[in-house]
Formats: sequence, C-alpha cells, structure tokens
Amino acid sequence: MTAVIETIELKKNYGNHEAVRGLNLSVHAGSVCAFLGQNGAGKSSTIKMLLGMIHPTSGNGSIFGHRIDKERESLLIRQKVAFVAEDKRLYDYMSVSQIIHFTRSFFPRWDHALETSLLERFELPSERKIRQLSKGMRTKLALLLGFARGCELLILDEPTEGLDPVAIEDVLQIVVSLAARGTTIFFSSHQIAEVEQVADHVLMIDRGKLVLDASMDRIKEQYRQIQAVFTDPIEERDLRLPGIGRVHVEGRTASFVASHNVDSIVEHVRMLHAGSIDVLPISLKEIFLEKVKARS
Amino acid sequence: MRFLNLNIRLASTVPLCYLCSTVFRKPNPSSGVPIYVQINQQIRHAIETGAISAGDQLPGIRSLAETLIINPNTVIKVYRELEQEGVLEIRHGLGAFVTSRRRSLSKAEEMRDAQQLVHEFVDTLKIQGLAEGEIRRLFEAELAGEVQRR
Repeated sequence: MTAVIETIELKKNYGNHEAVRGLNLSVHAGSVCAFLGQNGAGKSSTIKMLLGMIHPTSGNGSIFGHRIDKERESLLIRQKVAFVAEDKRLYDYMSVSQIIHFTRSFFPRWDHALETSLLERFELPSERKIRQLSKGMRTKLALLLGFARGCELLILDEPTEGLDPVAIEDVLQIVVSLAARGTTIFFSSHQIAEVEQVADHVLMIDRGKLVLDASMDRIKEQYRQIQAVFTDPIEERDLRLPGIGRVHVEGRTASFVASHNVDSIVEHVRMLHAGSIDVLPISLKEIFLEKVKARS
Repeated sequence: MRFLNLNIRLASTVPLCYLCSTVFRKPNPSSGVPIYVQINQQIRHAIETGAISAGDQLPGIRSLAETLIINPNTVIKVYRELEQEGVLEIRHGLGAFVTSRRRSLSKAEEMRDAQQLVHEFVDTLKIQGLAEGEIRRLFEAELAGEVQRR
C-alpha cells in the first residue's frame, strides 16, 4: 500500500516545550485514519507541520511524496489537500454564497453536485453574512468548502466539534462517501464513538509520541481486557509478558489490557493458579484511557 | 482494484437501495465485535431468514457504506470474505449476488435442523431421569464407538 502521509522522527519545540517528540507515522492511500490524543498532545502541531503552516524543529515528512519542509513542495501539497481547521476560520464579511464562489474559483476539480447537495442538507442560508452564522453553521460551511474541493486527501481537525447529532451523522456519511470514491481522510477527533464507526485505522498520540498505530479491525480482534482471580496473592512482576501493558493488582485479583498474544497470556495466568480468568472485549475509549493514563 | 471499480459503477446505476434500510441495521461500533463481523452476520442472517435469496443483488459498496455509515473498506472486506465462503458471487462490473449454489446456506440449515433434533432428544432423556453428565457420557461413548467401528 502507498503511504499518502509519512513522517520520520518529526519534532516540534516551542521554546522549552516539546510539543511533538519524534513522530513516525504513515497514512495509507484510501484509508480513513483517525488521529487521537488529549488536548495538547500534539495533534494540531503535527497537522500544521504537515501543511507547511509551521516549520518542524527536526525530522521530516512528506505528503504524496512532496517534502513538507520545502516551500515549493508545500505548495504542491496544498493543491492536493483540503484542510478544515479546528477554528473554522472564514472571511466574516462575505456571505455564504460569496465565500463558496470565491473558494470554488481556486479549485478546478470543484464538485458542484456535492456543493448543491450540502447547501441543502446543511440548510445553509446562501445570502447570510458569515459573521451572522451560528457556530454550528460556520462548521458546516467550513466543511462544505473542504468537502467540495475534489481533493485527494482531506485533513480535518475536529470536524464535528459543536455540531448536533443529526449534522454529525451527515458529516460522517459524507466522509464515508468520499472515502468510497478513493479520497484519503485523516481526521482528529475527541468523539471516540464516531471514530470507531468510520475509521479503518487509528493513530493515537500522547505527549507528542505515538502510543498506538493499528487497524480498527486489529484493535477489535486482538485487544482484550483480562481479569483474573488467583488462589494466592500475586505481584505485578508475575505478569510481565509481551502484550501486557500496565497491570493493576490488588491482593488476589489482577486486571490488565492485552494488546496481542492473548492465548499465551491466558495460559500463563492459568499456570499462576488463577481460579477464574475473564477475557472481555474492550472499547476504543477504554484503550484510549488506558494509554493516556499509563504514563501517570 | 477490482472491488473499487465495482463500487464506482454501482454508485451511478443504483441511486437508492431499499435493502439497505430495511434489511441491514447500523452496527454497534463500541461492542467489541469488529464491524466487518457484524455486517457478515447480518448478511448471513438476511439470507437465512429469506429476506434476500439466491440470485439477489446486494447493495453497492458505496450505498451500503453510506446507509450504515461505515468505512467502505469494511464493506469490501465483508463482500470479499463472503465470496470466499461461497455465500456471495462477485460479478465483475455488475455487483455482488447471493450465490445460487446455496452451499453454505444449506449447511447452516442442516445444522439448525440437527440442533433442534438434539434439543428434543436431550429433553426426552432428561424426562426419563438421566442427568446431564450421563447424557454427555452416552453421546461421547457413542461417538467414540463410531470412530472405532470405522
């Protein structure tokens, strides 16, 4: 599979603060890839570096093979990529139809049919000035401008933030529809349920470092919550095995998340004289909390 | 890729898919069961119940993905899997159809019938006063004897 986005040891410091600390990630063509992390984990800094909006402190990256740190190549990247920023910044003095007309003129592959259908679906008032739009409407308009550009890669920073459930469903449906036409989608989100629904790959960062890089199917198939009750008290070090992250032990009971190797882990736990072993499915939200809490 | 071609052609010829909304349900993304497994089961169930039958065309990849709001690659994965299992047949450029051989379907039906027979038989033995362990031993002994007789 071809990588559309690739970064190698990408770093960004703001003064003494290390926002992104050696990120190696790749996003494959045709994928809907979710980019998760807490506030301040380095998601937006990464996205801004990818788009040439800020310069990496070290390391490098490429989109469609164009280097992100070279000005000339960054221009080529911006022709192929649509980006909807977290703040949904738009020209306030324009009306809805004016900004659509204005944006459209830059992009030869503009999707007129999608523009018309989104205007209707999002119930956007064509003649209203942008400064008079509600937050939800601004978001919808910003998404329309991104979706209709007819680009090969769509980067969305918190696309559904501030939208009502009906609009969220609409947005996810368009994401799915564009993906079916071959558009690669890279989006950051705090809405884990929507990520589980539409993403086929998950990248999770914490404090500027990648902590999870897996396909959604692999996460569902291999990640398990394991709870065991032993006949005698056990210690954390009894459970140091490949595939086991942080272990919670209390007296004779232990609980942990296994990322792979579940059969061998269960076998090992049984040998430690476990009276009961429960292997349970685990949601992405629980994995997220586990990964993020693991450092504290 | 073959499947993507299929999807693009279907999208233009099948504007609305009635099956999508009546036969299929939105999967539960947080259930711990991968979405592709849930959709695979839904299609098999729809065939078992007769909601779709041999020769019927399944929704295009894009329309199913849009209706259920799931990743189109997931639909591709399910169709490919069901093709390998002999449940679906992919006709290049036309779409996915329920296979007319019904091999896997009749196997499912056989198993369901057999399960009913076993259920009734076990009930009869229980009424005659046999305990579960005894019934299990009888079954095992019978099957072991069967192996030896071969």
